[in-house]
Order: sequence, then C-alpha cells, then structure tokens
Amino acid sequence: MPLNELSVVDYLNKMNNREISAEQVLKDIFNQIDRIDKTVKSYLYLNKEEALSEAKKIDQKIKNNDIPPLAGLPVAINDNICTGGMETTAASRILKGFIPPYDATVIKRIKDAGGIIIGKTNLDEFAMGISNENSAFQITLNPWDRTRVPGGASGGSAAAVAADETLIALGTDTGGSVRLPASFCGISAIKPTYGRISRYGVIGCASSLEQIGIMGKGIKDLAILMNVISGYDELDSTSSHISTPDFLLSCREGINNLKFGIPKEFFSQDLDRGVKEKVIDSINRISQLGGKIEEVSLPNMEYALPAYSIIAMAEASSNLAKFDGISYGLRIEDSGDLEEMYLKTRGSGFGAEVIRRILLGTYVLTSNHYEDYYLKAQKIRSLIKKDFENVFKKFDLLIGPASPVPPFKLGEKEDEPLAQILAEIYTSPVNMAGLPAISINCGFTEKERLPVGLQIIGPPFQEEKILRVAYNLEQELKEINSVKPDLSF
Amino acid sequence: MSKQIVTEKDVGYIAKLAKIGLNKREKELYSGQINDILLFFARIKELNTEQIEPTFFEGTPSQHFHEDVVMPSLPQNIALGMTGCREDGYFEVPGIL
Repeated sequence: MPLNELSVVDYLNKMNNREISAEQVLKDIFNQIDRIDKTVKSYLYLNKEEALSEAKKIDQKIKNNDIPPLAGLPVAINDNICTGGMETTAASRILKGFIPPYDATVIKRIKDAGGIIIGKTNLDEFAMGISNENSAFQITLNPWDRTRVPGGASGGSAAAVAADETLIALGTDTGGSVRLPASFCGISAIKPTYGRISRYGVIGCASSLEQIGIMGKGIKDLAILMNVISGYDELDSTSSHISTPDFLLSCREGINNLKFGIPKEFFSQDLDRGVKEKVIDSINRISQLGGKIEEVSLPNMEYALPAYSIIAMAEASSNLAKFDGISYGLRIEDSGDLEEMYLKTRGSGFGAEVIRRILLGTYVLTSNHYEDYYLKAQKIRSLIKKDFENVFKKFDLLIGPASPVPPFKLGEKEDEPLAQILAEIYTSPVNMAGLPAISINCGFTEKERLPVGLQIIGPPFQEEKILRVAYNLEQELKEINSVKPDLSF
Repeated sequence: MSKQIVTEKDVGYIAKLAKIGLNKREKELYSGQINDILLFFARIKELNTEQIEPTFFEGTPSQHFHEDVVMPSLPQNIALGMTGCREDGYFEVPGIL
C-alpha cells in the first residue's frame, strides 16, 4: 500500500514502531500530488522542499528516540489560515503574493507537536461559497466524479484528503465549510464548538460564526489532531478556557442508551431522495447499536438560514474593509487620489461572490436597514440557540443530513447566487448556536454512486460524545466506506 | 416580476460606502441578484422578535486582559516588506486631497 494512503492512526503506529520514515511518506504524498493534482487541483501552494527537509530532521530525532507527538505527520492547510513565510491568499486576487510574517496558532501547535505543513489548499475566495468555483485561481474537482464540485468553501482540503494527497487537513467552517465538502468528497470533518480552537491567524470573514475544522479519512484521525490544536489561546479573545479532554479516549465507548433527536425540519421536501435514504439507513444502524431515536422539532429553523446569511455578510463587509491596498496585498494605482485607489483595488481585487456579499453586508448595516435585518437576525439567533438548548435537555445528540443534495455538476449553480446560500440549510444553524458537529460519510447514492454525509450535532463542548458515536458508526459502515475514488487517470 | 427592493442607484451608493468600484453593467447585474437575496432575507420579518434579546456572540468571549507588559512588535522592515509602496520607513499612499 502506498504510504500516502495511510490513516493518521496507522501512520503514527508505524512511525512509533520504526516501520516507516516521515521522508518516505512525504515522498509518496508528493508523488501522488505530481501525478493527479494537475487534474484535481487541490493545492494552491506546495511546501515541498521545506517539508522534506523537516521530515529528515524528524526522522533523525526519532533515530535518537525523541518521538514528537505527531512524528512528522503531513498536514494540508486551507489557504485562509496564515502560515509564516508561505504564501497565503484565501484564494483571492487581492492577496496574491501575500506572505504572512507569522503562523496562526494552529500552525504553531502542529509544528510544535512535530507535524509538517505540506501545502496550502484551494477554497472559495475568502471561504465564501459552497463549490470551490469562487476561487480566483482554479477550480478543484471532486475526486469521486471529476465533472462535479468538491463542495466548499474548504473543497481543496476535502479533495486532497479524498485523493490521498495528504493524510489530514485543516479547513474553516463558517456555515458548513468543512462539513459540506466532507459530505461531497466522502470523508469526515469536525467543526468544533465556537471557542474550542484558536482562530488567531485565520483570515476572518464572519468572526462570530467561523471555527477551524479538521478534515480526515477517519474519526480517530480527527480526534488525534483535535488533541493537538484545541485549547485556550491568549491571542484569541474568543477562545475558551475549558480544558481539553483526550478526544481519542472517547472512541473507546459504545453508544448504548444515548438518546438521539432527529429534527423533522432537516427532512423537508428540499432534501434529495438519494441523500435521505442513506441518512435514514445510518439512523437505523445507530438504533441497532442501542441508540434511542426520536423525532424532534426545532421550530425556528426556517429562519436560521436567512438570519445566518445576514450576520455572515454583515461581518464579512466589516472584516474585509482591511483589504485597502495600502500595507499589503494588491494595489491598483494608475492615477487619481486615495479614494480612487481604494475603489479600483477592491473593485478588481475581489471576485463577484465576495463583492455581492460585501454589498449585501453593507446594505444590512446601514442605519436605515440595521434594525430590520441585522438586529432582527441577531434576535433570531437567540431563538435558534434556545431551540437547540431545549432539545438538548432531552437528547444527547441530533442527527440529520449534512447537505440537502449530493455533489452537483460544475457550473450547475454558477448563475444562481441564492443557491450558494441554500446548500447551507442544515449546517448553518449549528454555527448560529456555536455548537460542535461532524459530517461522516454514510454511503453513496444508489443511482449515481455519490458520497453522502451524515451530520451529528452536539451541545457546546460535547465533541467527545460526537466522536464516540461517529466512531461507532464508522466501524459499522467499514465495508461501505472501504471503496476509494478511481484516480487512475 | 419580483418586488424591487434596491435599484442600480442604491447599489451604486452601497458600493461607494463599501469602497468598491463598479461599472454600469456590474451595478445592473448586482442590483438584480441582491434584490433576489433580499427577498429571501425578508422571510425573517414574519417572526415577531419584539421581546427577544439579540445574541451577538456565541459563548462568552473571555474578557481577559493581557498583563501590561511591553512585548516586541513586528519589526518595521517586515511590516513594510509586504508592500512595494513605501518610502523612508513609511507606507506610501496616493494624495488624499
């Protein structure tokens, strides 16, 4: 088996047993990237030389019996997370050539634990989108069907994991941006509770909603990286002081007697039939494993998506004001004054989806519309939060689909800006309430054999319970998930 | 035909506030798209939220203050090194007036 196909669990076992070297694994990964990434286009930037040199150092350390926790684990990073000395663009023309002078906290923690950053992955520009088609530089293809999108915004990371171009990856999730692409690419991804992982060094768009998420081939892999990057960070005032448990231990227990709520609003007529079938199959399996299943209602859910979109766009319009062409990034200045430089730089530096969202965000924040849109949306957020609190009094976890549809065709939703929003219908309420959730592959649609993601949502800081259920289900679905995308092109 | 909430003129005004230069064709395109999205947003008006308090942040942002200790900042050459437009240790900008 080529070493790029290893899970993180197997990688660490083999490294600890001195069966493989970090350098060998990296070489297999870069061979895979050389072979397929001209087609799949997961990566925007490769850190090949530095990564190989780091791997040699780690291998030497291990020879001296000094094994760091991640033992040279190769990690791919979404390109909206700052990596010191390595180009970071958020897939935007306005940041082309930007090299951050510092590492995001998660990058520092990965490096300190002996992990190796292998490159930066593609995304929808500034993480705004659901398909990766909004990247200013390239469109990533879905490894399962190259005529389809990998999902977004963190589609490059999802495709890289699915195509064995890395062992694990980081993405960001503002309204579903690790869970949706995980669902589309047949992998697993966790969006932790707001505050669990430091956001310092993320090129922020919607600061009250977004979290760094982990995307991998298996549930234990997610738990291993959660252990490394979670925990309080004084550089992020929204990071939580809550202690970090050993997430890996949570995968040891069964799910007998846990109570699961199935929100009926997640099974509306918008849900694709093929997706619904697979999600219901998994719910039945959870029931067979001893879980207690009951239908529940989240009565304000129909207002979650418009309220989420208003808040996300308002925050984005404010956050993206810093890209002004002065201290870094693109500057277009042919003649004229400062105002004209701003207009030209921002007008041509941002892509259409980003401009649309900045305009909408600016509109809902103007004094005439603030109360009707922005303030109202924040009040609805209180109701959404309350809905979740009410159901979690009775249930341990909620289960439903991650996406209403399987991966769609490239270009299919290009001219439908509203469709970019609607795909987040089941994932964005989770961000509104700051909850943790996971997407795990639960099979493939009967007709077109496209991956389907099951979403498991928990109360704040209950990631252990989510991982525990996801791991049990993963063992149940082992046979179904042993299929790999055909990458023989 | 759907209800018109924003006109091209409104989009021009918002774009100016957001400091984004748009040409006539773009204003026309965005006004149609923004109109559709605002109609979708209007759904929230159905809900009575008069007695509800807003939630601006999830969880409790930790109100922790740093100790008042002088720490090194980004060296000037690095801070200025990310732009080609600099002069005598300052960022260079076009004329303001």
